[in-house]
This record gives sequence, structure tokens and C-alpha cells, in this order.
Amino acid sequence: MNAPNKSGWKPAMNAEGEMMAVSATYTGNRALMLDEPLIFEIGGTDTTGVDLPDIDTPASSRLGNLARTAEIGLPGLSEPETVRHYTRLSRQNYAIDLGLFPLGSCTMKHNPRLNEKVARMPGFADVHPLAPLPTIQGALGVIYELAEWLKTLTGMPAVAMSPKAGAHGELCGILAIRAALEARGDARKVVLCPESAHGTNPATAAFAGYEVEDIPATPEGRVDLAALTARLRPDVAAVMITNPNTCGLFERDFRKIADAVHAAGAFVYCDGANFNAIVGRVRPGDLGVDAMHINLHKTFSTPHGGGGPGSGPVVFSQALAPFAPLPFVERTEDGFMLVEEENLADHHRHSFGRMTAFHGQMGMFTRALTYMLSHGADGLKQVSEDAVLNANYILRSLEDVLHAPFADSGPCMHEALFGDRGFAEGMSTLDLAKGMIDEGFHPMTMYFPLVVHGAMLVEPTETESKAALDQFIGALRSVAKRAIAGDESLKSAPHFAPRRRLDETLAARKPVLAWNSPPQA
Amino acid sequence: MRYLPLTDTDRSAMLEVIGAPDVDALFVDVPPEARLDGPIPGLPLHASEMAVEKHMRGLSKQNLAAADAPFFLGAGAYRHHVPASVDHIIQRGEFLTAYTPYQPEIAQGTLQMLFEFQSQVALLYGCAVANASMYDGSTACWEAISMASRITRRNRVVLSGALHPHYVEVVRTMAKFTGDSIADARPALQAQPDNAGLIARIDDQTASVVVQYPDILGRLPDLAEIAEAAHRHGALLVVVNTEPVALGAIKSPGELGADIVVGEGQSIGVGLQFGGPYLGLFAVRDPKHVRQMPGRLCGETVDADGKRGFVLTLSTREQHIRREKATSNICTNSGLCALAFSVHMTLLGEAGLRRLAAHNHQLACRAADVLSQVPGVTLLNPAFFNEFTVLLEGDARNIVRELADEGVLAGVSLGRLYPDLGDLAGGLLVAVTETTTEEDIHALAAALTEKLA
Repeated sequence: MNAPNKSGWKPAMNAEGEMMAVSATYTGNRALMLDEPLIFEIGGTDTTGVDLPDIDTPASSRLGNLARTAEIGLPGLSEPETVRHYTRLSRQNYAIDLGLFPLGSCTMKHNPRLNEKVARMPGFADVHPLAPLPTIQGALGVIYELAEWLKTLTGMPAVAMSPKAGAHGELCGILAIRAALEARGDARKVVLCPESAHGTNPATAAFAGYEVEDIPATPEGRVDLAALTARLRPDVAAVMITNPNTCGLFERDFRKIADAVHAAGAFVYCDGANFNAIVGRVRPGDLGVDAMHINLHKTFSTPHGGGGPGSGPVVFSQALAPFAPLPFVERTEDGFMLVEEENLADHHRHSFGRMTAFHGQMGMFTRALTYMLSHGADGLKQVSEDAVLNANYILRSLEDVLHAPFADSGPCMHEALFGDRGFAEGMSTLDLAKGMIDEGFHPMTMYFPLVVHGAMLVEPTETESKAALDQFIGALRSVAKRAIAGDESLKSAPHFAPRRRLDETLAARKPVLAWNSPPQA
Repeated sequence: MRYLPLTDTDRSAMLEVIGAPDVDALFVDVPPEARLDGPIPGLPLHASEMAVEKHMRGLSKQNLAAADAPFFLGAGAYRHHVPASVDHIIQRGEFLTAYTPYQPEIAQGTLQMLFEFQSQVALLYGCAVANASMYDGSTACWEAISMASRITRRNRVVLSGALHPHYVEVVRTMAKFTGDSIADARPALQAQPDNAGLIARIDDQTASVVVQYPDILGRLPDLAEIAEAAHRHGALLVVVNTEPVALGAIKSPGELGADIVVGEGQSIGVGLQFGGPYLGLFAVRDPKHVRQMPGRLCGETVDADGKRGFVLTLSTREQHIRREKATSNICTNSGLCALAFSVHMTLLGEAGLRRLAAHNHQLACRAADVLSQVPGVTLLNPAFFNEFTVLLEGDARNIVRELADEGVLAGVSLGRLYPDLGDLAGGLLVAVTETTTEEDIHALAAALTEKLA
């Protein structure tokens, strides 16, 4: 028995009496596709979802002449409205928890939930950074234990734990290099970066006061050793190299590069963004690295959170260790201690200083240490092996439809690189990427590295099953064939996402960056 | 390994497709001398979820959590109640495990949240535009100084003596490398901030004047006269706030003439977390300075069907486009902490924030009155928000350590913050929030009474 239709709603019919598809709804929503207004459109300044107990001391004000009189204008919502607002917003996001997230160089792997549980233990989450040392021995113990893991995994003698993210770690490494050069009275002006470097590398070097020069790549996608060696004059302070590089290849000549750089009196900075490809199998210390940052949110699975927070500890060689920034944790007979400004003279007088308040990203340290303990040395080796296996499987399963510029350069490491050669005229990498959105996938990294035309950098990570890879490969083959055939419908993709293509030119030309504010000039 | 889905059967089948005899063949480009045959020596092997949790719980228990003691620490990191729904929302996988929203069609959740966050921060700070967050307050402070130097094309920076010493150290470190000249001063134990002394140090080469509000001693400097002096010399006023709850009770920095307002957002939604991750807030009063801002910005636009949507915008300032010419090398921000802040601020709303601020202030006044009655304790500042300085007859750092042994977390001594300034050794910073109880206040008073007798 069908329930009676009390609303009287009936499907629209055409002239022939056939049922037509419903094209519009009253709300504009479609079943589980729910749009959500801004909090400023649904909240009120007199609404709140928080209550406080009454206090029985008389009200007093000791704010001088600075008591606020003007309204702030902050909208509030009750708890049920708040939960619903953010839950509805969340459903407009793609996430690792929903599917494969093949962002090359960004390493979107599964985030184990034990890490989240541990980070919320009161002894970690509810501890003040300036509490007396005897009350925070466990927290210092986490930093110390994680530092030991990082040193052992990289084969490096020292590590600075305070940098807040990868780019902050790069800055830490380059500042240590500059401090070391200045300590020996050797002012140098230039930092060399490969053309395929992450944008943060030249930005960091420039911020630290260096001129940046490009190093060319060989046709097979690796640093041109001969060109690099020729450029190693006495004005070069450091070379910044990513290994495995952003073409997804291991720099075979890394040791020779390092030896040449050292012979020229310069330092080797390794961008460790891709450390997840070799963790547990190769120690950067064995390759001659002087400094390398490690993105805990890449290799060691701390969540990306829609753009941070990250954490970027930096390992150092013996030559740079004395210049590492404050603070750090040392173990003594009386327990763990913090080396800071006050005991610098005894312990670490060459330190280049402090990069941030307090001691670094504790919430990320607990998660990363939990991840390392879960995997152990054997599990981490399996991590890099599976990551590399998955990427090679993708490379070899797609190279017949997509142009793989370095397919003959040997196996790839943790990511496979493709270009747009062979696409029909007018079809771009962007179109293919947006087509992948309609297939239910987050697109790969686009137009990076810059050395490949229409680059598509695919990094599956080790936490994908073969079935998930096969589905992704099938989808990418299908969309690639449409791009090659010139399927015009790709130009307007995505068709099924919460939004169609957004007008980024308008956003930049007339920026509206806050609620209810006029466009900025 | 519970996090690795491939089976040995899968691995064999995949190697066959690849055409490699074994996985070692995929690492052929690693030089033999750098290849390790087995697991790296010196590290344990994999462990069960149960075993790892036990190990970590053991470390956790070696710390005294703030909730387990009368607790009065502040100095740039404050303990506030975070509503349960905040943590629930930030643990939703669609937020927790999302990436930076470079593909806006499938990232509207994060983007709309960032737009709302930017709007909330701009309102709170009395500014036109806020960015999508920085690492923390101290790094945001340096970025603001750097931005002011770009705008004014000058490089002399005047720091207030009452700026958080860690922030001062970060500025000193960075300035060593950029060549900015830093005119700093030491704090003095005076009831009022030394505005006249600060203003006297501003000259026509000054790019920025940096003032903390409320300051490190909990005092409330009148920013308006500093702003006027800075502007008279063509300098920008950078205001640093480490306790955003205060802005529910006191005038916003923008309202008082600040040009760039930065701060630590940790108080709202984020929690103590032993110092990180925290949340750098960054805003400008004059919209014409937007293009010199560091970090990511989210803006409103429309999609191909004309529907409202949000995107990351003005990225020509940023490293991935501009490389060595970028306004900053920052890439990652503090997205999930920004979400926590935004959710908590939405729960509070204007009414809730004002009530929370009033509550903090009232309890702090109460604590100041009770502690002032303790023999050997003198209150330094007549005006404060939720943190004030008391002067103890004795070395405050030692007293804090001794009270910690007795289970009372008494506050942050000035000796902890300024170990080389002996004349500050009697100073103790006491922070009071809505989590502080009347019993806590009396426990601290009783412990100090006994210690100072």
C-alpha cells in the first residue's frame, strides 16, 4: 500500500503526459546536497550556545578607560544550530576519509585514529608550556623520544623540534647554514635550487637574504651534476635539493652532489617533503645531507586539517648541529630539561636563536610518535615499500594513455608524473582534473613541477588498497581518453560537485574577504 | 600492519604489472652504499594499538594536567573551557583529513569556514581584513613587522618593553638575518605601561612600533596615543594580543588606531597543548594593505551557475606562485585550529564572548583582592583584564617550583620569562579564567601565605 500523498505534490508532466525530471526544488537543496548560509546570515549577536555558572562576587571593572563600548557584531548560534551548520559544511569537503587523495608531494595518507586519541590525553592536551619542569617530565619525554626516532631514522646527529611546519623548517635549516657560514667569517650570497623545487625553497632562501639561482635538470628529470658542479663557486652558500625529487625520481648522484658541494665549502639542504618514499630504507645522513626538514604531517600521518597545523622538525649534520635553534630537550641525571635562552651559554652558545614561542607542535609530536611506535622499524620500511609499489603500479598502468615524461628514467619513487602531451587541442590538465572530481576523486597535483608541461603528479600513498588503486586507474584512464578525444563536456566539469567551476578572476579582481565588507580595491 | 591494506598476493600481482622481480628492484636508483637491507637498527619493531596506547598513557601520566591542580598559568597561553561540540566538529573526517582547499568545487566546507573565520577575526580586532591564519602569535608578530617594513620601505622596529619575551626573541632572531634594526627595551615593574618612553623612541626611520595589549604584565596600554605618535612619524602600529577573550571586554586595537593586529588565538577553542599547535591571527585595518599581507586569504566569488562560492585568492602574493618574490615563505597555516576557533566563537557569539570576558575579569578582580591580603604580596597593576602581576617578598621562581611540589600551579614567574633580570625576580604573573574556582583562589592564597610567612 502506498501512503497517501498528503502534500498533493505530483511530478511535472509534459504535453504527452510523461513524467519529467524534477529540475528545481523549493529550497534549492537536493536530498543530501544541502547548501548552508553563512553564520552571519543565520546567527544573532544575542544568541549563544555557551553558558557559564553564576558567580557571587560583586561585579567590578578595572579596565581603566579601555572598557569596550562599541558592538563587535559577532553572530552566535545555539549548540544544535552550530553542530548542524558545521556538519552541513563538512559534507561539501573531499577528504581522505572519503576516498583516494592523490596529491603528489602533499602525501595524503590515512590518519590513524589512535593518534587522535593519544593527543587528547589530559597529560598532553591540558598542560601549560611554561609549567615547572618536574610537572611536565612526560611531555618533555615525548619530545625527547620523538627526537631520538627522527635522528635514528635519518642517521643524523641532531634535530631541532620547534619549527611549526615544513616551510618554517626550511627556514630553520637555511638560517643554521647562514649562521655556520657567518661563524667562520664566510659571507656567501647564493643558494642554488633545481627548477623543479617546491616554491617554498626559493621563497625561504630569499627570506633569509640569499639570491636564488636555478640549477637545470637533465632530460631524464634529475639534477644536472655537471652544470651544478660548474656553478659551485665560492659565493654559493647552499644547495637545496628535494630527494626523491618532485619528478618522483631518486637523485642517483646525490652523494656525488653532496661531496661536490662540501668540497666547495657549501652546505646541502635536503627538502624532506618526500621522505615518506624512503623512510626506514634509506638514511639521508648516509647521503651527505647537512639539514633536512621532516613534515610530520606527510611522512608520519598527522592530519592535514584542511591546511594545517603542520610540524617541521629539522635534522642536522655535525657541522650544523651547534647552530640549531632553541629550545630543545636534554636528558640529565635529574630527568629531562629544556635548553633555552638562560642556559644557552653552558649548552649551546652558537644557537642562532628562537623561531617560535614555546616548544613546537606538541599535539603533532604525540601523534607522530604514536604512528612511529605503531609501525616500528619494520613497519616503516613496509610503508615506503608499499608507497613506492603503489606509485609504480599507477605509472605502469597509465603510461599507455597518459604521457609519462620520465617513464624511461627508471622506477618512480612514491609519486608518478604525467604531462598533457596528446590531449586534444583546447583540452588542459585542469579539465582532466575537474573531470576526476565528477568521478568521485580529488584531483592530483596540477601544473607542478614546473618542468613538465601540464604536469599531473599522482601520489597514492601506502594506505590505499589494490582495489582502490584499480578504481582510480580506471577512472583516470577514462577521463584521459576523453581529454585526448576532445570531449567538450570536460571543459565545463565538474557537473556533480557542490559547486561548478568558480570564478577565480573575479575573486582576485574585486576581493571580498570578509562578511558585509565592500570589495577591496 | 593494521594501517597497510596491501596483501602479499596484491604485491605480487602489482609487481607483475610493473615488470619488476621484487620491490628492491624499485629502489635500484638508490646507491648500494646507502641502501639498508633490513629494518633500521636501534628502533623497536611494530606494536599493537593496545601496547602503543599504554606506552603513551604512561608518558601522559608523568605530567600534571591543569585540570588536576589549582592552576594560574598564562603568559601567552591560557586555559579556557572548550565546549564539547568543538572537538566533535574538528574530528569530523571531512575537516580533519581534508587538504588545503586548492580544488574549491569540493572544498566549500573548508573555504566557507575560512571566510567566516576571517570575518570573525576582523570584527574582533576591529580591522577590515584578516587572513586564514598563521602558525602562532609569535610568528605572526614577526610577519607583521616584516610587512610593515615592506610597506614603509624602512627597517627600524621599535618594540615595547612589555612584549612577550619569546616574541621578542623570535623578532631578534629573524632580524639578525633580514637586517632590520630592532630597538627593544626591558620591562620595568611599574603600575602603568611606559607609553612616554616608548613614544620617545619612535623616529622618522621607524617602520613599525610593536605593542602588546594587554601587555606581558597584564597592564592595558592606551594604544590611541601610541598610534597617534607612530602615525606622526610615518610608522605603522603593530598591536599584539595574546588573549583574544580580553577583546570581549576592552576596546579593539583597530578602534584605537592599530594598523596591523596580530595575535595568538589559542584561548578560543584550541586548548593548552603544551604550547602547540596554536593559532596565529593576522589582520589589517586599512584594506589597501591587503596585497602586502602574508599567508592565505579566502574570498567570495560565484560559480559557473552564478551560485555564491569561496576560493583562495590573491595568491600572487604567495610562494607557490611568486617563489623568491613572495611576501612570505609560509605555506601551511593552522587550518584545523582556525576551525576550532571559529566553531567556539560561533557558539559564544557576541553575547557569549562578552559574558565570558566579564566573567574572567570579575574572577580576576576577586583573585587580585584575595591575594593582595596575603602578607608579602603586593599587586602591581591597578588595571588588568584576566591576568595581573603580583610582587612577592622572595624569589617568585623558587616559590612557584615549591608550590608545584605541593600540587599548586601558581602562575608564571617573571624569573622564568626574564632569568637574567634580577630586579624582576619577585614578579609573579597570575592568570584567572572561567575555569578558576573560588577554592582555587583560596588554595593559592593559603599556599602563598604559608610560603611567605
